[in-house]
Amino acid sequence: MTGATPRILVAVIAAIAAFGAGAARAAEKVVRTPSMFDPASTPAEAIDSYTMLVVAICAAIFLVVGGLLAFAVVRFRARPGDEGREPPQIYGSNQIELAWTVIPVLIVVILALVTARTILDLQKDERPEGWLAITATGHQWWWEFHYPTLGITTANELHIPVGQATFLDLESQDVIHSFWVPQLSGKTDVVPNRTNHLWMEAREPGLYVGQCAEFCGTQHAYMLLRVFVDTKEDFERWVASQQEQAAVAAAVGPGREIFENTACVNCHTVRGTGARGRFGPDLTHLMSRTTIGAGVAPNDRASLVEWVTRPDHLKPGVLMPAMQLEPARIELLVDYLVSLR
Amino acid sequence: MASIPLADTEPRRRFRSDVLHDWVTTVDHKKLGILYIASGIVFFVIGGLEATAMRIQLAVPENDFVSPEVFNRLFTMHGTTMVFLVGMPIITGFGNYLIPLMIGARDMAFPRLNAWGFWMFLFGGLLLYFSYLGSTGLYGAGSAPDVGWFAYTPLAGKAFSRGNATDYWILGIVVSGFGSLSGAVNMIATALTMRCEGMSLGRMPLFVWMMVIVSFMILVALPPLTAAQVMLLFDRFLGAHFFDTQAGGDAVLWQHFFWFFGHPEVYILMIPGFAYASEIIPVFSRKVIFGYSVMVGATVAIGFVSLSVWAHHMFAVGMGRGLNIWFATATMIVGIPTGMKLFNWLATMYGGRIRFRVPMLFCTAFLAQFLVAGLTGIMLAAVPFDWQVTDSYFVVAHFHFVLIGGLVCTIFGAIYYWFPKMSGRMLDERLGRWHFWLFVIGFNVTFLTMHGQGLLGMPRRIYTYPADRGWEIWNLVTSLGVVLQIAGVLFFVYAVIKALRSGEPAGDDPWDAWTLEWSTSSPPPDYNFDEAPVVRSRRPLWDLKHPDDPDWKYE
Repeated sequence: MTGATPRILVAVIAAIAAFGAGAARAAEKVVRTPSMFDPASTPAEAIDSYTMLVVAICAAIFLVVGGLLAFAVVRFRARPGDEGREPPQIYGSNQIELAWTVIPVLIVVILALVTARTILDLQKDERPEGWLAITATGHQWWWEFHYPTLGITTANELHIPVGQATFLDLESQDVIHSFWVPQLSGKTDVVPNRTNHLWMEAREPGLYVGQCAEFCGTQHAYMLLRVFVDTKEDFERWVASQQEQAAVAAAVGPGREIFENTACVNCHTVRGTGARGRFGPDLTHLMSRTTIGAGVAPNDRASLVEWVTRPDHLKPGVLMPAMQLEPARIELLVDYLVSLR
Repeated sequence: MASIPLADTEPRRRFRSDVLHDWVTTVDHKKLGILYIASGIVFFVIGGLEATAMRIQLAVPENDFVSPEVFNRLFTMHGTTMVFLVGMPIITGFGNYLIPLMIGARDMAFPRLNAWGFWMFLFGGLLLYFSYLGSTGLYGAGSAPDVGWFAYTPLAGKAFSRGNATDYWILGIVVSGFGSLSGAVNMIATALTMRCEGMSLGRMPLFVWMMVIVSFMILVALPPLTAAQVMLLFDRFLGAHFFDTQAGGDAVLWQHFFWFFGHPEVYILMIPGFAYASEIIPVFSRKVIFGYSVMVGATVAIGFVSLSVWAHHMFAVGMGRGLNIWFATATMIVGIPTGMKLFNWLATMYGGRIRFRVPMLFCTAFLAQFLVAGLTGIMLAAVPFDWQVTDSYFVVAHFHFVLIGGLVCTIFGAIYYWFPKMSGRMLDERLGRWHFWLFVIGFNVTFLTMHGQGLLGMPRRIYTYPADRGWEIWNLVTSLGVVLQIAGVLFFVYAVIKALRSGEPAGDDPWDAWTLEWSTSSPPPDYNFDEAPVVRSRRPLWDLKHPDDPDWKYE
């Protein structure tokens, strides 16, 4: 499909897409722009080349019609001396009307056929050999990822292996969310009482960002998604470490005691301990993740202390309550949390 | 012998309270039309200020100008205001004012229903805004609705939207909807039964045709919204479970109901814009509209097809392949009659002697911007592309191109065009040009760039965004455009005030136009025409001005 597209157009779009990223990069930050024109997975690539065709058709129409309008504005503007003289009155012409009806009809037919074919390609039922199953559950305002065949549960940061077809079952615990990582796939809504499906097959290892795309309440803005596409070896290593139960060192015993004797356990799970709450993210391997609060802060000791002390300071409206512990006990609690690797 | 003046003919001093009483009790279609338009403009300013606050918040990443709760209320109120309290009353207002004048009638068919409709609309709007004070009841601090203007369930259900804010949203829209419905009934009845002698349906001005079609669409599309909202009220108060997913209700059902209203609504708002353009472009091009009957047919076609495209708002909810293909195709088909209209306006301009006064400037900008809006609309109908950009800023840019680039620009054009008729005064041409250039440039700065954020992965309705996404520069430019738009609107407000105080008198027919409203005085007398007009063609004043070459010879 891309072959039919003028290369120059592709270049222009890419330049536009890179512009914002480039400007920010000048400020020496690591910039991750989730641009749909920088695809890294099969469905995103198919959408990208399909989009090029659609953009080419629309750009051509824009140039023709816009050109006619510009010509009319320049050529037929009233000039001095025109006052009082009326131009010839043309009431219409069926031939002309027919012509500018038939051409759009043809364009629509072509566009509709190409669209149908792409939809059939992407919304497919059959799954290739060796596909990986993941259940993604949307919560206000975080993501839960469960790998049913691997027995892993984690939050907000998804790991998938490169080159392997991955099928997500999308479910919601509360309201409608939408799973959107533009470089890997188009978005699919996450609807309560339904299971939607989304697939991706990543081509390049790396970190791809995205976020919830359906307004879901106060903290819709911080329901971020991070997808790590790992090499086969890295993924296997990650799976093995995630499958282990929490190893709790004796040194963090006091922190663990605080954790297990407060309401923390009502919402959080730490596998291998008595904490079996399901309402909040699984913390068994908390420190294997790079961010907390669905991307609102980096996952380090300072942020964890602040998070446990006043969650709604970092993330206003968050459903996790402040635990009202003295600072010394919070330090002990965070000692325990940072030991969960 | 000097005549003895009768007491009655003495000019009586009018107190402010008399004037107020006049406006509050009026059943005159012209006064009601002006009331509709003026209240729409007031709400437009309010909705614009809400948008400004949002753009300040989003100008830089991780900003804390407003809290997330406030931001969510801002976009909910902005959307609801602009659609139901700005778009709807202004189109109803122009319809009210102009339909009787254009068809040579003395008033609308049901003058008192007309007044009732206006006050229902206004009280609906006030009810919605009262939520800021009273929504949690008399003892709590109020808060406006924060569930988005399409209030998706289950977020709008009792479990996730506690308090009464969402109820104010429901009731405010239901009440103001009665205004739109009665207005629609009235416009249809007026146009069908009260045309002057000689004005067959085929001689009705395109404006009237399009308003009739819009009115039918309102009658079909609005009741389903009201019904769905009542169902939501049942869910919230009576323990019904239509949309309550926790009790087995269906979240997507609401979306079908809402968009079955919501998509025709877009055309309900946009076709009146077409109607203004179809009157203004011929007059300023000095040519008769090209393809009158095709324009009527295309509008009817849009009306019908727009009823079967609603689920193109829902390509990401997980519909089957068949439905996705159906709604994609139907949506693309709407582009055909819409394109025909665009071509007919262009053909009207071709060979003309175009006078670029302010109304025509706005209509020209409308043509260019609506072309962009139409093409991004086709792109959004292209389902796989839509999977990427739906619910992103690309969609926001698209529908603002429709509703500002299309509708608001034609409304400004219509105000500059018909203000002289309504007030008897001209709006200042120089101020109008400042208004036009500032507003149109500002609009394009804001909304052309906004496509960019969407393509780069920025979802809509987020109160802030991380600093590492490469969206900063785009958002900053988008926000800067707002300054120009505000400056433009200030010029407009100043122009209106100046015209009302010391505007140049307009005369009956300042634009050398052709439809019947220009044959009576400016402003028209209470019952519009001293004598019921008789017409022989679509352009009665052209016939009058060119007795040697009248239209009725060619139609």
